[in-house]
Amino acid sequence: MMDRLWELQLKNGCISDHDIKQLAADFGLAEIEVEGVVSFYHFFHRKPTGRYTIYLNNSIVADHKGYNRIKETLERETGATFGSTDRTNTFGLFETPCIGLSDQEPSALINFYPFTNLNAIKVKDTIAALRRGADVESLADLPADNIRYAPPGGTVFFRPFTPGSALTRAAKLGADGVLEELKKAELSGRGGAYYPTWKKWNAARSQPATPRYVVCNADEGEPGTFKDRVLISTQPESLIEGMMLCGYAVGATEGIIYLRGEYRWLKPRLDDAINRYRAAGLLGKICGNIQGFDFDIRVQMGAGSYVCGEETALLESLEGKRGEPRTKWFFPVEKGYLQQPTVINNVETFCAAARIVETGADAYTQLGIPGSPGVKLLSVSGDCRLPGIYEIEWGMTVAELLELCEADDPYYIQVSGPSGECISIKDKYRRISMLDLLARKDIRSGGSIMVFSRQRDLVKVLLNFAEFFKSESCGICTPCRAGNFIIQRKLERLNNGLANQQDLDELKQWGLIMKNTSRCGLGKTATNSLIFAMDKFADYFHTRIDKDAHSLNLKFDLEAATEAYEKYKP
Amino acid sequence: MKQLVNIIIDGKSIQAEKGKNLMLVAKENGIFIPSLCYYPHIEPPLGTCRTCTCKINGRYQPACTEKVDEGLTVEVNTPELNDTRKALVEMMFAEGNHICPACEKSGNCDLQHMGYELGVSSTRFPHLFKDRVVDFKPSRMVMEHNRCIKCMRCVVEVKTNDGRQVFEYQNRGNETYVGIDYEQEARLSEEQAVNAMHICPTGAIIVRGVSMSAPFGERRYDMESVQHDYNKKRQQHRKREAVMGKKIVATVSLAGCFGCHMSLLDVDTELLDLVELVSFDKSPLTDFKTFTSRCHIGLVEGGVCNSENVETLRKFREHCDILVSLGECSIWGGLPSMRNSIPLSECLEEAYLNSATSEAGASIIPYHEDLPKILDRVYACNEIVKIDYHIPGCPPDANHIWKAVKNLLWGEEYSILYSEFKYD
Repeated sequence: MMDRLWELQLKNGCISDHDIKQLAADFGLAEIEVEGVVSFYHFFHRKPTGRYTIYLNNSIVADHKGYNRIKETLERETGATFGSTDRTNTFGLFETPCIGLSDQEPSALINFYPFTNLNAIKVKDTIAALRRGADVESLADLPADNIRYAPPGGTVFFRPFTPGSALTRAAKLGADGVLEELKKAELSGRGGAYYPTWKKWNAARSQPATPRYVVCNADEGEPGTFKDRVLISTQPESLIEGMMLCGYAVGATEGIIYLRGEYRWLKPRLDDAINRYRAAGLLGKICGNIQGFDFDIRVQMGAGSYVCGEETALLESLEGKRGEPRTKWFFPVEKGYLQQPTVINNVETFCAAARIVETGADAYTQLGIPGSPGVKLLSVSGDCRLPGIYEIEWGMTVAELLELCEADDPYYIQVSGPSGECISIKDKYRRISMLDLLARKDIRSGGSIMVFSRQRDLVKVLLNFAEFFKSESCGICTPCRAGNFIIQRKLERLNNGLANQQDLDELKQWGLIMKNTSRCGLGKTATNSLIFAMDKFADYFHTRIDKDAHSLNLKFDLEAATEAYEKYKP
Repeated sequence: MKQLVNIIIDGKSIQAEKGKNLMLVAKENGIFIPSLCYYPHIEPPLGTCRTCTCKINGRYQPACTEKVDEGLTVEVNTPELNDTRKALVEMMFAEGNHICPACEKSGNCDLQHMGYELGVSSTRFPHLFKDRVVDFKPSRMVMEHNRCIKCMRCVVEVKTNDGRQVFEYQNRGNETYVGIDYEQEARLSEEQAVNAMHICPTGAIIVRGVSMSAPFGERRYDMESVQHDYNKKRQQHRKREAVMGKKIVATVSLAGCFGCHMSLLDVDTELLDLVELVSFDKSPLTDFKTFTSRCHIGLVEGGVCNSENVETLRKFREHCDILVSLGECSIWGGLPSMRNSIPLSECLEEAYLNSATSEAGASIIPYHEDLPKILDRVYACNEIVKIDYHIPGCPPDANHIWKAVKNLLWGEEYSILYSEFKYD
């Protein structure tokens, strides 16, 4: 279903009523079901989106790097306004949350090709070239990988990878041996939940049902994260091989890479690598000459939805449905994709697994600190001179990292994106490890670090996050759907200077209610940074409220409230 | 062979069948866990409304997605959990546009009922007033999107004979709504359509012509609470210091219909007692235009729709020790707030220029410096000043008003019976 929808969207710029009818007939569904799927994903449209569809990233990092300027320029140059197309239907302008290019903002996608480090002149030239009929692909940028740092002993992730090397060793170790290696290396899920990888694989392996599936979650939607982009771009082989190891260990026959729609431009690279593997006899039947091991991999495109990074929502999406998270009635390892046992891991986890098996767990555990061995990729962006990927040994302090990236007067550091934790510069000696920062309970963390300087307005940052969650909630559970909306309204009040102490107390209480009652990680973590920020920056929040806290009169902006009526003044 | 396991709910040991849904086990043992989306025969459970959230083995989890297993320890009735559940129901009221007095489902509505059971008298959240369009296009049904709580029951349950869905979620985030397929809807039998209306926990799915088949007074939730200990739970002991001497009361109707004042008069013969005990200062009952003294209690009917309302309300706050919101309009905007999701210009143009009763060629929308300025939307009183108490209802029952006021003034014990905590 998703493939058909993509095909139509790319060909016609929209999915028409006629298409909906056709799809419903082909899949034996009611039209409303097809419409439900289409309307869930923001890269699918029901109205034409122009010959050139431009998605400008509106994340907070982009905002700080001049997003508004680009937005204005785009509107002026194309003659379209955001959310629609121009009269001739040549250009369509849309906003989209983080597109995984936080290290080279402001950035945009034009017909799903990346354009990075935008400025007014570049926008002007690009639009002019497109008007002259230039090819989008040839105009597009090839985003820099920006790998800035590797451990002193050499990189683990970014060495060249010889296809088949890990698999050959795995064949010697046997399935049990592979799990044993991962256990020794204490590898845990790098999507952010940090569940021990060997346990997950082992659980899937002990399920009676077949076929079993291996799914790679390449839907890193957390604003500020882009490590998977760089891994896919530079290391497709180790990703593929990591998935194969998993397939070998759990007895799966098919692997699927769920690639986020924003990374459509990376799909050819993945497909090429997969084809090379097939040609080398490493994928397909009897992979790598291992008797009885048949395994193949395909890439499935997502279509713009943050919540699909949640593993069960991702499964729904893979099945061509709306990306609504399932309840925890079953775990994916019991009943996952098509109700069959399924292992879902992040790109980085598979890459790490391939490296661990390639070199052996002992070499890997030499790095890092006790209880948290090995290395971790961090996506660093924001107010620093050297944004990019930092491959750190676990245990590095925040202070060291800030120095490496040449942070500019850092004050407020957002760890793990909007759903993570924010820390103050006062906490800079905390260690980044699975024991402290990054893997605390209830916080998902893919490992993004956004640095904000003292000049940035914290309330605006949080408001940007709230708006993100408000529109990215899947909308089926009450606390997340309504709660994020309510929190966003309240933050607006705070931003407009109308809030008092009671409003702050309520924000915190309501945030906790959402955390305790939401259905999936999105709602549970949506208010994390807000709650942390209010604790750590209490003084700052105090400066933003109406001090007259005991007043029986609340602040009310009468001028704003009567503005609409004033236009009838004769 | 059914395997029995031991679990503990609120300190009480219970034996139950292993793997059975916790909601069912609790119900069989007379323990009330509120829920709006749960249906025993839907598996896996929907888990969308989250009002059954409990603490299970120390973690917050909805009861409906929990399979009973040996040693399970569940907390249901703690003050914190009860408040959390109440908050979730309040959230639904704040998110939708629920106008119970104008709803066909009133009295048969699970959401409204849950509001009563949990003692919701006002929502702590600001009402969001999202513009939602009522869909009249289906051949037999009306989709009232204002009332939908997105519980997913109809999405999963209502299917045509050949297994096609009739309802499906559309969009996502705060734009989510449940769409209806016109073609499939037409293929449902009459019985299936009526069933769809009944499984809807609110009045979002209405089948034309049969929505009012049970008259008010004979509806599901009219008189009895499902909680045997409801009245005990609702007992609130609020001792206030008694005020000596005759009490002074002020009342006002802002953007309201004077219905709450009418209800006040319905106190009937007790009015005679009342005049012995209280005297009225500024009030439509006395026609005093300004305050002549400080008042013990101020009763405010109606929300705030213009600049004069803002001023009057601020005066009330200044002159009254206790300020009480009386009725729905005052609490969150009520009926007048139906305009909140529509731009002001559209409302004014409709009222003064384009309505059936406006004169041909009318071109003037009144504006004069002596006239109060109309606000962009109707605000709840507690958005302008601090409100101490809320008396809900449209209008609140006379006896309830009297009882509440009496309790506030003389600091008596305060408890509401289920039958009194009903407002339609």
